Amino acid sequence: MGLIYDKEKCTGCMLCPKVCNFGAIEKDGDKVKFDLDKCVLCGSCEEICPEDAIGIERKTVDKEKIAEYKDVWVWCETAEGKLRGVAFELVTKARELADKLGENVIAVLIGHEVEHLAEFLIHQGADRVLLVDDKIFADYTTDAYTIAMVTLIAPRKPSIVLYGATNNGRDLAPRVAARMALGLTADCTGLDIDDERQLVQTRPAFGGNIMAEILCPYTRPQMATVRPNVFKPSDRDTSCTGDIEKVEVKIGANQVRTRVLEHVKEVVEGMKSVEEADIVVCSGRGIKDPSNLTLPQELADLLNAAVGGSRPIVDAGWLPPTQQVGQSGRTISPSLYFALGISGAIQHCSGMSSSEIIIAINKDPEAPIFEIADFGIVGDIFEVVPAIIEEIKKLQSDR
Amino acid sequence: MKIIVPVKQVPEVAEVKVNEETGTLIRDGVPSILNPFDEYAVEEAIKLRDHYGGEVVVMTMGPPQAKEALWKALAMGGDRAIHLTDRIFAGADTWATAYTLARQIKKMEYDLVICGKQAIDGDTAQVGPEIAELLGIPQICYVRHLEIDEDGKHVIAHRETDDGYDVIKAKMPVLLTATKGLNEPRLPNIMGIMKAKKKPLEEIDAATLGVPEDDLGLKGSPTTVRKVFPPERKSGGIKLQDVDAKEAARQLVEFLAKKGAI
Ligand SMILES: Cc1cc2nc3c(=O)[nH]c(=O)nc-3n(C[C@H](O)[C@H](O)[C@H](O)COP(=O)(O)OP(=O)(O)OC[C@H]3O[C@@H](n4cnc5c(N)ncnc54)[C@H](O)[C@@H]3O)c2cc1C
Ligand SMILES: Cc1cc2nc3c(=O)[nH]c(=O)nc-3n(C[C@H](O)[C@H](O)[C@H](O)COP(=O)(O)OP(=O)(O)OC[C@H]3O[C@@H](n4cnc5c(N)ncnc54)[C@H](O)[C@@H]3O)c2cc1C
Repeated sequence: MGLIYDKEKCTGCMLCPKVCNFGAIEKDGDKVKFDLDKCVLCGSCEEICPEDAIGIERKTVDKEKIAEYKDVWVWCETAEGKLRGVAFELVTKARELADKLGENVIAVLIGHEVEHLAEFLIHQGADRVLLVDDKIFADYTTDAYTIAMVTLIAPRKPSIVLYGATNNGRDLAPRVAARMALGLTADCTGLDIDDERQLVQTRPAFGGNIMAEILCPYTRPQMATVRPNVFKPSDRDTSCTGDIEKVEVKIGANQVRTRVLEHVKEVVEGMKSVEEADIVVCSGRGIKDPSNLTLPQELADLLNAAVGGSRPIVDAGWLPPTQQVGQSGRTISPSLYFALGISGAIQHCSGMSSSEIIIAINKDPEAPIFEIADFGIVGDIFEVVPAIIEEIKKLQSDR
Repeated sequence: MKIIVPVKQVPEVAEVKVNEETGTLIRDGVPSILNPFDEYAVEEAIKLRDHYGGEVVVMTMGPPQAKEALWKALAMGGDRAIHLTDRIFAGADTWATAYTLARQIKKMEYDLVICGKQAIDGDTAQVGPEIAELLGIPQICYVRHLEIDEDGKHVIAHRETDDGYDVIKAKMPVLLTATKGLNEPRLPNIMGIMKAKKKPLEEIDAATLGVPEDDLGLKGSPTTVRKVFPPERKSGGIKLQDVDAKEAARQLVEFLAKKGAI
């Protein structure tokens, strides 16, 4: 444990004092010196040093040290000035974990002009919001967000940090984990606290064929990315109170080494996101022709659902890539999932097997999709789906 | 252009099951393949090398039989291979895997490191970004389109996002993770397969790598897998067969209404 400074290698370039957010590095003749009382081992200097003159050893934390780590944190991702749904789900889950531990829930809000969102997180159950607001965070970049996270984590010592397993969450979390030499559990679908106050992280692996329970016994914080839509957000309570702590994180423009030239949205007008919808109607090769996609669309419209597709449908260009469900597409867990003319290949199922209710309609009674379906109908989708539409219309007009 | 492609040998997942009594994975007799996402990475590297010149080095950390994944990548067109193999490497989590690979990569010259988006067994998608961090270079994950800037020094990549893609520019060296859409990986031809085993393949153990044992494999891993178990099978799922469409639809909608799902 500790900081290792190799004075021989140091060329005195003075990059490290500039990036230290804790004022722990000073010029010392033609070299630098470290104030170890201020240093929190966040790793910014190690990262910037072009000569590998700074190393940080952080391997294991002993039991007493572990007890110093408290509170359950959630990185609350924003997109276009709004919080992503998974932020609310995770704050709710964090509340439950923190209550078991007798600790606080801290929401981390990083972005530009996002202060107004803090209140939603408090109403969702956060005790405190750590707010980092600056122009440099307007676009998500790995470098800026990693620096912000380690700058927050290192001195405050949370016991748990959760990230939504979105594309950005799965880009950011491993970077933070590697910088701080921490364990990280990927794409969890279950989280709990055991008798030893450890975070038990349950996740699918091998394309959903097996489940694994993962622990991080020696290092803190324990970190996990968590699959969106698995945990349900609680109702927001506007009487909840909490405080907002603004934290300044200074980042030089040259520390951000990727530049976002353009955001391209592929979301087709009027096409709902399969990741965010509560109900998804997914079609496979059984749909036969793109013109037949009006049928699942009609069912989806009735249920306010999103339409999705298996890979062959998307590869054929019948639906945009954003709508593909499965291993090389989106991983979703809606409350209701329809598989229409989908065989149920493992690569498809790994993207939807954590859905709450799975409905399968397939004319092949042996199709593997029936093994994971809660309700299966062996039949022709072109006969069964119109009949379902009729029944739902009937039900809706009766209400 | 010097390109390093870390690749992983993976079991054909559809066939891996859990032994319900012992809670361990049954991997015996399960065929192994080159991780499908790594094929995109190898293909892209070969295309870049063919266009700009240079070298493609494929590398893996794994048991002796993982060589087959290297041979496949060499058969596709890689120039040489590095096999990090030692019992001490076994049981590595993503951090220890990335650390081991990064220690080797640090000894090499490179402009690009291209990983697959994720391995289809561990399924974490963490090794790529962790290598990038340990090398101290920027990363662009989930790349499905790649160009080299006219200056020959920057990459311009389309990075998949939750609602489309971002166009991102970064100066090399940079680490990319490859996903579907980046290219159509070639199938190795007979000539390629024959040449593969004659291409240089260097084996490296922990001592040669020069890293203390405590940082490697199971010992160097901050995460531990406490247990594995089969996913909950939906028991008592309803399956209607030989029921006419109208009646089946009626029963389904009744089921859904009862569950409060619609
Ligand atoms: C690395 C890798 C990644 C992959 N990623 C994905 C992924 O992300 N998503 C994905 O979906 N796939 C993915 N795949 C492909 C996957 O293996 C399957 O090939 C694919 O899911 C099959 O799609 P499908 O079920 O639509 O087609 P098929 O397997 O052809 O099934 C069509 C089904 O429709 C039924 N059918 C036909 N006509 C009718 C009718 N009139 N009424 C009712 N039923 C009918 C048939 O009985 C059949 O079961 C991936 C594969 C690999 C190797
Ligand atoms: C059931 C189970 C669950 C697990 N869960 C976790 C977990 O949550 N967190 C964790 O840290 N570890 C976990 N592990 C350990 C993890 O699977 C291994 O560390 C594995 O070696 C790398 O992870 P991955 O397969 O997810 O690779 P990914 O990170 O998905 O691989 C991405 C890319 O990195 C490269 N790469 C990966 N492995 C190698 C290699 N050995 N050699 C060369 N290149 C490589 C390839 O380019 C690959 O496409 C788990 C293991 C099991 C069996």
